Amino acid sequence: MKRLERKHSLAIRWFHWINFPLLAVMVWSGALIYWANAVYRIGIGRFTLLKMNLPQPVWNALHMSYRLAEGMAFHFFFMWLFAINGLLYVIYTMISGQWRLLVPDRRSFKEAWYVMLHDLHLRREPPPQKKYNAAQKISYTLIIVMGLFSLLTGLAIYKPVQFGWLRWLFGGYPMARFLHFWLTIGYVVFFVIHIGQVIKTGWNNFRAMVIGVEVVNE
Amino acid sequence: MSDECGTGDVGARGSAPDTSADQSQAEVAGALPRAPTAGPEEDGIENPSHIVEPTPEEIEAAHLAAIAANDAAIDAELRRRTRRDFIVAGVAAAAGLGGWKWLTSRPKEDGVPWPMRRALEMNERIAGAYFSPRRLSPTYDASRITRPARLNGGIGLDQHADMAGWRLAIEGAAQPVSLMLDDLRALPHREMITEFRCIEGWSTIAQWTGVRLADLMAKFPPPNPVRYVALETPGRGYYVGLDIASAVHPQTLLAWGLNGEPLTWNHGAPLRLAIPIKYGVKNIKRIATIRWTNIRPPDFWAEQGYDWYCGH
Repeated sequence: MKRLERKHSLAIRWFHWINFPLLAVMVWSGALIYWANAVYRIGIGRFTLLKMNLPQPVWNALHMSYRLAEGMAFHFFFMWLFAINGLLYVIYTMISGQWRLLVPDRRSFKEAWYVMLHDLHLRREPPPQKKYNAAQKISYTLIIVMGLFSLLTGLAIYKPVQFGWLRWLFGGYPMARFLHFWLTIGYVVFFVIHIGQVIKTGWNNFRAMVIGVEVVNE
Repeated sequence: MSDECGTGDVGARGSAPDTSADQSQAEVAGALPRAPTAGPEEDGIENPSHIVEPTPEEIEAAHLAAIAANDAAIDAELRRRTRRDFIVAGVAAAAGLGGWKWLTSRPKEDGVPWPMRRALEMNERIAGAYFSPRRLSPTYDASRITRPARLNGGIGLDQHADMAGWRLAIEGAAQPVSLMLDDLRALPHREMITEFRCIEGWSTIAQWTGVRLADLMAKFPPPNPVRYVALETPGRGYYVGLDIASAVHPQTLLAWGLNGEPLTWNHGAPLRLAIPIKYGVKNIKRIATIRWTNIRPPDFWAEQGYDWYCGH
């Protein structure tokens, strides 16, 4: 027998879907800024596995060259909207008590391992869960912590003298920029995994992020 | 997404909220040979003489019919919600896209759409309110100096190759002032090893020798307090504007020395600005004119879409 089960509250859905374009604009404008000094890489010592840069013709094809000023202007406009939406989300989860469904506990890390084994078809039974499984709890909490660190490292780069304590906390100006960049790569990785998981989980789950309810057949 | 999903668990308790579901229930029930409805408590109590014990098959069939009716009701409710909320989502997405199109198509003001310019100015007001001259850019040990000093930006350096004829003009003071480098050297001078942060994203550490702009201003003050300082290269090939608080910050130097040596031509000889509380773009080279002013001075890169304030 089918029934509709509440899954995501209206507020959660709006926060989620507003965040998506805001984060996209922040990443895009951040890339316009990064273009001007695209220096980071993955490697050890002299060995470089991957330069975190695109060939200039690719930047050009993406219309992302010589747009530093524009990137900064958009970044420093949309940062407010991104920060406010994220802050309201955190306040909402705290007031509504939904943080309890989101924040991992001591068992979550072990359970997340089982979730991963289950996802990789190496373990038959998924561990018991409430709204979110342990891997989701860790991811969805981590992404909020990353968001906070993006704001703080961003502020450390934006005002490294007036917020000198933040600049100091992140190990200096170049390190704050380095962290700010890799947090962004973290969002891109999160996005790819997130989309993969949403596709794998199917329409009923995706639709719940829009309409709030999920069909349960028992 | 137009209502709080607190109305959830719709249909979960077996009530069919929707007439089409009632119909489907009736149709399924009507196909049964003897039980006109699935629920015995309705007709049965009214007409007890007509009670006929249902067979197990009939009970099972009625049960399945009830499930089918419930599922049909749930499906209908789901379709209704899906349609409604995807329309809301579509409208919201269209509004977002429309907002983006609007924002990016606004007439440009100094290189960026005017709403962006307003936002930069708002950020400037907030930063200006929070600004304290007691907060200093970090200073470093001489071993941390980047050698050789990174060279960037030659705009405005191509004119007046005649160094011997160089003079620093101060405008906006009680009297017009024209200074030679030795006049500046006679003022108390300072050394600092500070971080130079380019707007492109890189940073270096450099040692600067010079005189505080605040000291120069105290020696040749404007008749009335001013809000800005304008600085220009010879021929005004490059020009920057500073807010007064940043201009009189203790780490804002008119420098003639870089890393212990006199400034080279490309680093802005004979005199340049070293202002570690701003991006590199404000560290104007080869200064010919300084003006105390109440008119917000134009700024070379701010006209190309950058933030006018550029303050750290």
